Amino acid sequence: MKTVTLPVAYMPLVDAAPLIVAREMGFAEAEGLTLDLVAAPSWSSVRDMLAFGRVDAAHLLSPVPIAMALGLGGVATAISAVSVLSVNGNVIGVSRSVEARLRDAGHGFDFADAAKAGSALSSVLKDSLTIGVPFPFSMHVELLNYWFAATDLAAFPVTIRTIPPPLMAEALASGEIDAFCVGEPWGSVSVDRGAGALLLPGKAIWSFAPEKVLAVRTDWAETEPHLLGRLMRAVWKAGRWLGQPESRTTAAELMARPSYLDVSPELIDRALTGQFTVSGTGEQRRLPHFLVFSQGAASFPWRSQAKWIATRLAERNGLDHALALDTASRVFRSDLYRRELADMGADLPSASEKIEGAIRHPTAVASTAGRVILEPDTFCDRRIFDPTEV
Amino acid sequence: MSDPITIVVVEEDRERARAIVDALKENGECDVFVIGNVSGLARRIAAHAPDVVLIDIDNPTRDVLEELTLASGPLERPVAMFVSGAASGLARTAVEAGVSAYVVDGLKPERLMPVLNTAIARFQMVRELRTELDETRRALEERKVIDRAKGLLMKARGVGEEEAYGILRKTAMDQGRRVADVAEALVTASGLLS
Repeated sequence: MKTVTLPVAYMPLVDAAPLIVAREMGFAEAEGLTLDLVAAPSWSSVRDMLAFGRVDAAHLLSPVPIAMALGLGGVATAISAVSVLSVNGNVIGVSRSVEARLRDAGHGFDFADAAKAGSALSSVLKDSLTIGVPFPFSMHVELLNYWFAATDLAAFPVTIRTIPPPLMAEALASGEIDAFCVGEPWGSVSVDRGAGALLLPGKAIWSFAPEKVLAVRTDWAETEPHLLGRLMRAVWKAGRWLGQPESRTTAAELMARPSYLDVSPELIDRALTGQFTVSGTGEQRRLPHFLVFSQGAASFPWRSQAKWIATRLAERNGLDHALALDTASRVFRSDLYRRELADMGADLPSASEKIEGAIRHPTAVASTAGRVILEPDTFCDRRIFDPTEV
Repeated sequence: MSDPITIVVVEEDRERARAIVDALKENGECDVFVIGNVSGLARRIAAHAPDVVLIDIDNPTRDVLEELTLASGPLERPVAMFVSGAASGLARTAVEAGVSAYVVDGLKPERLMPVLNTAIARFQMVRELRTELDETRRALEERKVIDRAKGLLMKARGVGEEEAYGILRKTAMDQGRRVADVAEALVTASGLLS
C-alpha cells in the first residue's frame, strides 16, 4: 500500500496518547499512513489549523466542534467528531492557601466525593472563587458548572478564567486563581512544583465524560473516505493497545520524549495508572478508570453525549434548545464510526444514543457482535439526561 | 471622517511589537496599544474597547482571547475571528502568516482590510526573520558538533583536519545521512565510551 502523509494537530497532553501511539507503535503505518503530528501552542490554534486546512485531523476538546456548529466562538467551519479519543482525565486542584484552609476545616482530600469537596470548599471560601480552565469551550467548563450547580458552591460568585495549562501552576502560586481544572499532566505538574493540591478528578462529577475527540473537516470526511477510514482504524487500534495495562510503561516512555510532552514519564504514568500524588506531602490516591481510551466502548461517539454538551452550551448562551440539540447530534458521527470500524471488531452498540447518567454499574447492552459492557456514566447528583426529553 | 480604528497588539517582544505598530500607523489613522503577556489579559484588552485585536498564532496565551468571543465575555460587542464569506481566503493567508485577528462585529470591510493586509505582511516578515534566525542558530550548532567530531577523528586516527572531514563526509554519503547527524552520533558514542 502506498503510504500517505497525514498532518494531524494535537496539544501536548496525556490524552493525545492515541495519536502518538498510532504513529510510534506502527498502527498508522500498518494502515499506510504516516502521521505528521503537529504540536500546537493553543487550542484556538488547533481549531484554526483544522478549519483552514493546515492539518486534516486534530485532537480536539469535545465541546469545540459542537460550539462551532452552534455558531459560538470565532470560527464556523463544519467539523465532524468521528470518534472519542479519551473519556475522563481532568483534575481539579486548589492553591496552597485554599488547601491549608480546607485541611483546617477537616477535609481529607479523598479525591473522590464531589459533593463533600463542594461543601468543604464553599465553607472555607471568603467571598468568591476564581478558577482557571484551558479553554472557554471545554469539558472542564461543563464539569465545573455542573459541579457548582449540584453542590453548596451554587451560592458562590464564581469566575471561570482561561489560563494556558503551562501557566496554571504559576497563576495558582501568584493568587491570580484559587483553583483550576486541567488535563494531565498539568495537575500533577502543579503538585510537583508545590503550587497546589488535587481536590477531585473530573470523573467524580461525570463518571464517563467524553473528553477529547478525533476531529476532521466534514467536507474532508466526504471527499477522502478512504483516508478517513485508515486514520480511524489506526487510532482505534492505538486506543485498544493503550487499554491494556501492560502497555502503560511503554506509552509513558513514548510520550515523555522531548518532541511530545517533554515531562518525566513518571508524571505521565500517574494519569495512565490512576495512581496519584495529590499533595506536596506525597499523599497517594488510587483511581481506576481515571483516563479511559477503549474500555466500555469509550471511543464510540454517542449522539447523546453531543446533545448533553449542546444543552449546556445552549442554556448558557441563550440558544434555541431543540435546534441546538439537532445540530449537535450531527457533529458526533456514530454513523461514520459504524461504517469504518464494523470490520475491526470494535464495540458497536445497537443504539447511538443512551440516557446519560443512568448506568450505575457495568452493564451489558446489545451490540452488533452480541453484547458490549458499558461502564458507569453517573453524574455526581445522580440525575439523568434523557436526550429525547429535551 | 470617522473615528480612528482602535487596535490592540498582544506581543511580549518589544522590538517586534514596535515594528508592527509602526507599520500599522504608517498605513492609516489608528490608535494602537501593545499589551505584553500579562495576567488578566482579557480584561486589559477589554479596557481599550478595541475594534481589532492582533496576536501571534504561536502565542500560547491566545486561548485567553477566545473569552472575548463569548456573549457573556468581557467585551460588550461580540468579537469574531475574521473569517466571514469572501474573506475566508484572507483568513487562511493570515493563519499562514502567523497572525490571528479578532475583529469586532460590524466593522466595515473597507476599514478593516488595510489593517489586516498590513498586519499580515508585517507578521509574515517577522516570522521569516525568526525562521532565518533559528536556521542560523542551528547551522552554528551543527558547525560546532562537526568540529568536535573532526577533533575526535584527528586524535583517534592520527589524521589531519581535511582528512577527518573527508571521513565524516564519506560515511554520511555511504549511509545516506547528513554530515551533521554522523558527527552528532560520533560525539555521542565517544561520550559514552570515555
